Amino acid sequence: MDEKLATKLGILADAAKYDVSCASSGAPKRKAGKNGLGATAPSGICHAFTPDGRCVSLLKILLTNYCLFDCAYCINRRSSNVPRARFSVEEVVRLTLEFYKRNYIEGLFLSSGIARSPDRTMEEMMRVAKTLRRVHGFQGYIHLKAIPEASPWLIEEAGRYADRLSINLELASGASLKTLAPEKNDRTITHAMGQMHERILEARDERRRFSPAGQSTQVIVGADDVKDAAIIRTSARLYGDYALKRVYYSAFSPIPEASVLLPAKAPPLRRENRLYQADWLMRFYGFSADEVADSGEDGMLALDVDPKLAWALKHRERFPVDVNCAEREMLLRVPGLGQRAVERILTSRRHQKLRLPDLARLTAGLKRALPFLVTPDHRPVSLIDRLDLRQRLAEPAQQMSLF
Amino acid sequence: MARVRIDMKAGADLDGFRKALRALVRDGVAPDDVVFAAEGAQDLFGEPFVGEAPPVALPRVVTRLIADVVCHRDHERYGLLYRLVWRVLHGERALLEVASDPLVCRLARMQQEVRRDIHHMHGFLRFRRVVTKGGVTESETEGSGIEDKERFVAYFEPGHFTLVAAAPFFTERFANMAWSILTPDGSLHWDGKELVEGPPARRDPAAAGDGFEEGWRTYYAATFNPARANPKLMAQHMPRRYWADMPEVAAIPELVSSAPARVREMIAREAAASPKRAPEKALQKMREDRPKSLQDLNALIAASEPLVSGATRAVLGEGPLNADIVFVGEQPGDQEDREGRPFVGPAGQLLDRALAEAGIERGSVYLTNAVKHFKFEMRGKRRIHQKPSVSEVKHYRWWLMAELEFLSPRLVVALGGTAALALSGRQVSVTKTRGRQEFPPFAGFLTVHPAYLLRLPDAEAKASAYRAFVDDLRQVRVIAGKRREAA
Repeated sequence: MDEKLATKLGILADAAKYDVSCASSGAPKRKAGKNGLGATAPSGICHAFTPDGRCVSLLKILLTNYCLFDCAYCINRRSSNVPRARFSVEEVVRLTLEFYKRNYIEGLFLSSGIARSPDRTMEEMMRVAKTLRRVHGFQGYIHLKAIPEASPWLIEEAGRYADRLSINLELASGASLKTLAPEKNDRTITHAMGQMHERILEARDERRRFSPAGQSTQVIVGADDVKDAAIIRTSARLYGDYALKRVYYSAFSPIPEASVLLPAKAPPLRRENRLYQADWLMRFYGFSADEVADSGEDGMLALDVDPKLAWALKHRERFPVDVNCAEREMLLRVPGLGQRAVERILTSRRHQKLRLPDLARLTAGLKRALPFLVTPDHRPVSLIDRLDLRQRLAEPAQQMSLF
Repeated sequence: MARVRIDMKAGADLDGFRKALRALVRDGVAPDDVVFAAEGAQDLFGEPFVGEAPPVALPRVVTRLIADVVCHRDHERYGLLYRLVWRVLHGERALLEVASDPLVCRLARMQQEVRRDIHHMHGFLRFRRVVTKGGVTESETEGSGIEDKERFVAYFEPGHFTLVAAAPFFTERFANMAWSILTPDGSLHWDGKELVEGPPARRDPAAAGDGFEEGWRTYYAATFNPARANPKLMAQHMPRRYWADMPEVAAIPELVSSAPARVREMIAREAAASPKRAPEKALQKMREDRPKSLQDLNALIAASEPLVSGATRAVLGEGPLNADIVFVGEQPGDQEDREGRPFVGPAGQLLDRALAEAGIERGSVYLTNAVKHFKFEMRGKRRIHQKPSVSEVKHYRWWLMAELEFLSPRLVVALGGTAALALSGRQVSVTKTRGRQEFPPFAGFLTVHPAYLLRLPDAEAKASAYRAFVDDLRQVRVIAGKRREAA
């Protein structure tokens, strides 16, 4: 690879790393034709992990980090002094193909600063995807970050080549958006999401291709004073109204050339983690947004215990539950029992009465679950009334170690 | 004491196990009476087994488990699997559902380990581009005249005997590449058509680097966020055993050690906003980039690819820019597509006639279509018109509404249901709501599409429908005239 391209790659990958919505899952199953390259894997594949513990699945870069906007939380904002660079359509195509052939990546995640105009930028992003698919028969994963201000027809065309289109909400409240991202508008963003949702549904009905892996979004946590409860309710609304595949939470992290409007401190990683757990409870464990939001105090999720445990501690009257006859919905609410464990309990107990040693083989989280469970050889009645239960189950209350 | 000894081939010997299983079941050999010995094993007791036996019917989940677990490195795998099969065949048909059973639990864990190992190979294997004279095998170049050949070669050390099980992923994904995967247990070579198994291989310490490895390392380093450093989590997801063959991990020590300093520096450095770049100007410039005239918009439409199947070109609207009336049809047909002009086919000619009878001059109105491209399906040599779908119509709606904004006519006439859908955004019945309409922000009128008149089979119905159409057009003329006077 020539030096100039490598330098650009360094700048434009660095500029893209704060976007965390980078999964390669959910695409329809595809494989390369005779002269094509690439395939999709049903649940995505991580090709490496960086020392921040996050997965590298896609080549995540910006087309350019020149940007007309001046969003305070963004390293690429107009008023920041970071080095700037710009890829040509052909360069991105070439990098994607060469990296893909070496099995470094699952595909491309392309975002961009808004250079010149939303339409010009969106059109170039679309052309990258189109060239990969049309000219090179590329069947790998393509995720484009749509620009909400771009003309709908460009987004529509992009949807024909991309597996996923997404629009970042970035800030969970319209008020924060106004202070921190003066050129952005929450109505433009939600309107674009609504339109995208409609296109996805119609395309599915008509068996046309349009962003088959759906849409997702990212919310930055900790750059403003919005509470967890509000974020959770916003997410629930996004899942409900626009059928988003994922809402990603990104703990706001210090960036070089940070705006003075922002807190200069370590990212609230534990908070981000709790929000993901809360999100999980809503999507897979049958919890409502209100139940999750109310599990904490003053609109903030507990940091010392996970939201499921926090909810259980607040609703002790509903525990313990009998492993051998409780319904799925209730088993799913037992701290320490994951979805997989619950399914295995349900099938196993059809064949035998489960005792503690059996449970130990079904779940790794038995220790946490014990105070909330009843089996023929275990009755925790006294445990549930213990005042120190929270302390016994809580993780040491501290920010996750940084280094 | 075991009665039967079965010799298994090295690696994942699924065929050997299947053959043995059939004979053992036929002979009713209990699990305690059999020993599975890896190739070359010296503990020679019992009788070596011979012979063919009929297949054994097993639930699919069991055969899937067997196929996975034979890839495991644990030398007890065959014995454990046979124990499971024995119990399944002796009254415990649904044994695999009892995940709490110790044997099931152990086999499930082995299966999971094998699958994870396959998944790791899919993710962590790295190809390196190698240019060879004639490629890896001689037969490929024999008489072909090819000299330089590109091949992608990877060395990988799987945790279990998973090379063959992991292969379909690579043949599907890298179909048009020539590649080889070398492992200590065997190798695989793909030439685009055929997968050939080869002998075990060793890592070649002298293997040349690939021009993209450096770039990949650059990427890897750049995508790391020092403010979130968590090397423990990384090691948990990316076991060290694979690191030796992953070019990017060379960047790790430096990334980890420099992270704290980088974060301190970031936090210390205050923003240096550059006041030169005023948002108003930039935003204004951005807004100005929207099409400024109908001509600009049309250029954009003409340059865009059709969103319906078929179409050789976009058929744009036509007529004076200050027309009082805009007629919106459905979409161009075969003849319109060839000529690149709206309403030139049979329906267009009928419209011309009706317009003349209603006292409207064709040259004074603007004619356009809801969908700008001809959608068709080839049937033999004929291009058969296909109705655009609702979402296609909605897609083109953005263009249509932008077009109308530039024209700002006094009246917009929808010819047929598709045009009404495009103008209003919802399905409208022509028969029920024919006549005056609102197509916000425009005053509108809805009538039939002239093509509809052509399709009526009965001559009498045709004549009366035509008269009604002309009447509608007369009304259109009157309404547009009144609106002009009012203005």
